[in-house]
Amino acid sequence: MARSVTTRRKTINTLAAWAIGLLIFFPILWTILTSFKTEAQAINDPPLFFFFDWTLENYAVVQERSNYMRYLWNSVIIAGGSTVLGLIIAVPAAWSMAFVPSKRTKDILMWMLSTKMLPAVGVLYPIYLVFIELGLLDTRVGLTIVLMLINLPIIVWMLYTYFKEIPGEILEAARMDGATLKEEILYILTPMAIPGIASTLLLNIILAWNEAFWTLNLTAAKAAPLTAFIASYSSPEGLFYAKLSAASTMAIAPILILGWFSQKQLVRGLTFGAVK
Amino acid sequence: MATQHSRSAARFMMAPAVILLLGWMLIPLTMTLIFSFKKYLPLRGGDLGWVGFDNYVRFVSSSAFWPSVQTTLIIVGGVLLITIIFGVLLSILLDQPMWGQGIVRILVIAPFFVMPTVSALVWKNMFMDPVNGLFAHLWKAFGAQPIEWLSDLSLFSIILIVSWQWLPFATLILLTAIQSLDSEQLEAAEMDGAPPLSRFAFIILPHLSRAITIVVLIQTIFLLAIFAEIFVTTSGAFGTRTLTYLIYQRVLESQNVGLGSAGGVYAIILANIVAIFLMRIVGKNLDT
Amino acid sequence: MGQITLKQITKSFGDVQVIPPLDLQIEDGEFVVFVGPSGCGKSTLLRLIAGLEDTSSGEISIDGRDATEVPPAKRGLAMVFQSYALYPHMSVRKNIAFPLRMAGLDKAEQDKKVESAASVLNLTDYLERRPGQLSGGQRQRVAIGRAIVREPAAFLFDEPLSNLDAALRVNMRLEISELHQTLETTMIYVTHDQVEAMTMADKIVVLQAGIIEQVGSPLELYHTPRNRFVAGFIGSPKMNFMMGAFSSEYDATTIGVRPEHISVSPTDGKWKGKVGVSEHLGSDTFLYVDVEGIEDPVTVRSSGEVSFRHGDMIHLTPDPEKIHRFDNQGLRIA
Repeated sequence: MARSVTTRRKTINTLAAWAIGLLIFFPILWTILTSFKTEAQAINDPPLFFFFDWTLENYAVVQERSNYMRYLWNSVIIAGGSTVLGLIIAVPAAWSMAFVPSKRTKDILMWMLSTKMLPAVGVLYPIYLVFIELGLLDTRVGLTIVLMLINLPIIVWMLYTYFKEIPGEILEAARMDGATLKEEILYILTPMAIPGIASTLLLNIILAWNEAFWTLNLTAAKAAPLTAFIASYSSPEGLFYAKLSAASTMAIAPILILGWFSQKQLVRGLTFGAVK
Repeated sequence: MATQHSRSAARFMMAPAVILLLGWMLIPLTMTLIFSFKKYLPLRGGDLGWVGFDNYVRFVSSSAFWPSVQTTLIIVGGVLLITIIFGVLLSILLDQPMWGQGIVRILVIAPFFVMPTVSALVWKNMFMDPVNGLFAHLWKAFGAQPIEWLSDLSLFSIILIVSWQWLPFATLILLTAIQSLDSEQLEAAEMDGAPPLSRFAFIILPHLSRAITIVVLIQTIFLLAIFAEIFVTTSGAFGTRTLTYLIYQRVLESQNVGLGSAGGVYAIILANIVAIFLMRIVGKNLDT
Repeated sequence: MGQITLKQITKSFGDVQVIPPLDLQIEDGEFVVFVGPSGCGKSTLLRLIAGLEDTSSGEISIDGRDATEVPPAKRGLAMVFQSYALYPHMSVRKNIAFPLRMAGLDKAEQDKKVESAASVLNLTDYLERRPGQLSGGQRQRVAIGRAIVREPAAFLFDEPLSNLDAALRVNMRLEISELHQTLETTMIYVTHDQVEAMTMADKIVVLQAGIIEQVGSPLELYHTPRNRFVAGFIGSPKMNFMMGAFSSEYDATTIGVRPEHISVSPTDGKWKGKVGVSEHLGSDTFLYVDVEGIEDPVTVRSSGEVSFRHGDMIHLTPDPEKIHRFDNQGLRIA
């Protein structure tokens, strides 16, 4: 039982937390605000907070200039596809590690995680060559596969920690009750692990959505997702703050909204199941 | 503990993940190793034959090498330090009773959702720009000379941007850990006469050690590879060239694949040293 | 139908042999309890019978057929787990129906069987609830229900009552015993609690370190324990053991006397001691008496009217007919 706290202390806590929260959130808020200003207002000194002529013009310009929808669609396909593909491969693997552990299970997990440590830049050129060879350069399929591979260790790891929480006796009961391995995973394990799988799914969509090494280096025009869309605004031409802000807002909005709606699962996911 | 049947099924079900990752690791790694022993200039003649350890020697003796290692370590270390210290403080604050906790939590997590290219661009232009940036306005308002953030304080600026992105992650993990702390433990310590600071040092901090380990491990993995933040802000200028970025420049900008590959091998070795070191800590801390 | 025979069964995990070669015969309709301290291999033995673990060598036959290589679901056995192992995402009805669904029974058939099981177990009102909304005892009944509908050759219980509180445990003990009377099916029950073993079993198997120490009816074990271990394990409060001068008088290395076979007197008796703690339970009084020359206090079970206090000097006399004698191997001297 937590003790009751004086109102005064609660007020101080609230003020401090809100102040810090707003400070951390401020860059995003400022970007969103600026996206509704005219270019002149965007660089006005002193800065304008809420009292300016709100306009949607920047959004129209950005869409017209860069074809936002195409990038968005690429991001959705690549992030979603790589996550789903990763889950399909990772669920059976995590099942075996969690419920049929051997002496090497821990080593395999550690090894998988260590592949995440492989510096991408060290293998960029070989992957580039392989991609050219297989005709995967600047394709959604190619990028989906790469993002699936780089996130696979994290997906396996997260699922493993979630599965570990499911008592093995329940799966044994299913086995005694006559369930085959497939039925056991389909009817018992997966429904029980839904919250964990949802967290894994969300976190990996976000990681894939925001991935900015392979997406920048393996795409050109066709398959480029939002990370590349926004990088095109880093040229001096992009220094129109209001348009930059509108483009930024459009790039982060989908994931920000998704993240806020699924906050609870996400917090669980963010801890990688490793902290309870 | 299981039957023979389930053990062989397990091996079979683990196979796809293991084989894919093995391929993902070994094929490019082998190619990188091969390239690193060659003079290989795709735009200037392509494969020009074996050169032994030339690339390795050249990469290390280049004046850019040691500074880049140093830069990498400063950025990783700086971000870890900032995110963990502020993460601990912030998580303790957020654990206190207050109004609107859910909303504050949303505000604090938000930067994690922002893609690196966006956060780098926003910080670079709208905050750190010496003429029109918000910081410049703020400095001028107090009559001070605006700072050229990304050239004069370039490393600090990048650490600041990256820390902003990773603080939510550290805070959330630490918050979850703090919430799992048995309040009776703290009450017992209070009964034993421990003042708040001692309670923090002897009860809360040890309880957080596992969570901190996880934060260090996961963040290090991602921080060693930061790329977009530098690509967008300074493009490696003003002493912000990390090892990752140096290799990137050798491979893509100078189109010297042999040299870049040798650098890649160094980066892999460096990453493995860090990995072994981390795995040892984590392995110890995760054995429960 | 439910005769189970274990022939020279062994089980090793890596280099560690947890079950040395073991033979056991379980008759149809028997209630057999495996009892022993934790880590004695009793759960492993049960899991070997269930098929959840492979035997390292030996043969298990069920109703005369070799079942050693048969997967768990095909052995015709049902198991009730320590944690109940209910499927948390399914209603009680679906939990109980799960084995029937896996067996491919049609919906009407499933419902009929589930409902009849539910009425036997007083679960009819709870069929649509989730396991999370049930009390410990109700969950236990659901787990049993899931076992009953399969009409197994034998029920396997793995410490099913250890998660219940004391009062409920007594109730469930009675319910399981009653179920056994009604169904007359073989039941194998694993527990570390000798009270459960004594009260429920037709046949008790006492295990220690994977070895069967003794097999017999509860009263056989109580009256003629084969060795010191069984003597100390069966019976509550525990048997008192004495060595040295106390035992040489009876030509034994150790003698054992149960607390209920010692009489007390304030004036005279065989041994003299000082009362340490006396516990009054109303019906009985347990006295813990420090006797010179015996390391642990001697436990005495006396009538509820006895009222000695801490520090009183009293005299103890064992019933000479009820003294158990053990040799230097710890084996019973007949």
